[in-house]
Amino acid sequence: MTATAYEPALSAIERDPEGFLVDPAQWNREVAVEIARENGIDEFTPAHWQVVEFMRNRYLETGAAPSIRSLGKESGVPIKELYKLFPKGPAKLAAKIGGIPKPRGCI
Amino acid sequence: MIANRLRRIYDEDEAAITVVDRDDRHVYQPGLLFVPFGLAQVEDIVRPRHRQLRKGVEFRETEVERVVLDETTVELEDGTKLPYDVLIVATGVVLQPEETEGMTGPGWREKVFTFYDVPGAEQLARALEDFDGGRVVVNLVDMPIKCPVAPLEFAFLTDAYFSERGLRGDVELTYVTPLDGAFTKPIASERLARLLAEKDVELVTEFAVGEVDGGGGRLVSWDEREVPFDLLVTVPLHGGAAYVGRSEGLGDDLGFVPTDLHTLQSVANPNVFAIGDAANLPISKAGSVTHFEAEVLTENVRRFLAGKELDASYDGHANCFIETGFGKALLIDFNYETEPLPGRFPGPVGPLPLLRESRLNHLGKLMFQWLYWHALLPGRDIPGISAEMRMGGKERQPEPA
Repeated sequence: MTATAYEPALSAIERDPEGFLVDPAQWNREVAVEIARENGIDEFTPAHWQVVEFMRNRYLETGAAPSIRSLGKESGVPIKELYKLFPKGPAKLAAKIGGIPKPRGCI
Repeated sequence: MIANRLRRIYDEDEAAITVVDRDDRHVYQPGLLFVPFGLAQVEDIVRPRHRQLRKGVEFRETEVERVVLDETTVELEDGTKLPYDVLIVATGVVLQPEETEGMTGPGWREKVFTFYDVPGAEQLARALEDFDGGRVVVNLVDMPIKCPVAPLEFAFLTDAYFSERGLRGDVELTYVTPLDGAFTKPIASERLARLLAEKDVELVTEFAVGEVDGGGGRLVSWDEREVPFDLLVTVPLHGGAAYVGRSEGLGDDLGFVPTDLHTLQSVANPNVFAIGDAANLPISKAGSVTHFEAEVLTENVRRFLAGKELDASYDGHANCFIETGFGKALLIDFNYETEPLPGRFPGPVGPLPLLRESRLNHLGKLMFQWLYWHALLPGRDIPGISAEMRMGGKERQPEPA
């Protein structure tokens, strides 16, 4: 993977201890695939993109990541499917891959 | 709480204060935990709302249809419009059992219960009385929930309850949570997991409930794991008040009000504030939080009306007693930055041990009910317990490497 000044490689991007990007603006599609691989998703499919893009766009529009419930209702991918695509915590993992902060549900 | 605090600082000719609520029954919600075990009666924990208000606060018992932010008006169910200079959203949360597939289907209120409302707590009391052995599963569907420690307390009290009835050996007790541990914050999570193990409660983590099969006695996760039960005690999904969702621009997608972490002003409009469970703050939805918020919020309403800069001092302070059964309890004290730490909590009744079981904490929990009606709701500060979290008495932890 080649990195340009505009598309920093994952190693050059600051992340928090849990692996979430500190600055969502540094995100790019190559980084997304790399974070997905780190988390055990080897094959990144169009369905994965659909969810990650929905998450990211919603965050950029509203300043908050959608909950798993609205993700299931509005992303076009049912919750059961989300758990297959993003094992364990779909909202959390899709947020991480989408380069946006951890959803606030968990306290 | 806020109405009472505001009434004390404003004369009646300075400000009109109206409280709108859908009913006139105020439930001391921490008491619901004890009802299923026969340790509290419903009549002891419910009081009329209007009686809790100071003279000079108008009480209207009706549903709110919606808030029109642009017109600074609250529309009531009967079409009445209440204009406001400042609106405080204090609606708490609404249980949404119907959001989980099958939860309200066969077995609901027969072998699938919640103790998070009055009828549920009463029905569960009868169900526990009739239960003489089998698999009891305690579960929370998803965060956020009110009082995140309550389901843990329920598991501890179930252990004690069946031990005292001499049936503990016949009861298999399992705690099923969507979190990756017993609790949200690491140190408390580790200690609470140890306590569950000591009490022989199996802990199942990262279990996101997709379906409740009441007829078949199965709890099924989205990733297709199953936990069998004979009696399920669940905490259903929580959302904000329905009218928040009906009010354009007021709530987020769960119906909670996006709120500034430190001033408690809503993100939507400067003359709207939110307190307690209605706000979307990343802190426990607990009564103590509301009490600590009240001081800052009251001051900020005053500053806002006087055209002054707001006070941004709310630090996310929360504390709660965690009932562990056999007359003992734990205490945790924390805020946005500091997770619950071990140590001692200095207080007017002597130092209380933090994150450790003690009889004194149990007494503290019982005393809290009196403070709730006589100090918290009337909107009084509790001497010796500040709105800001203090580090005194806490054992600082080494920085993680």
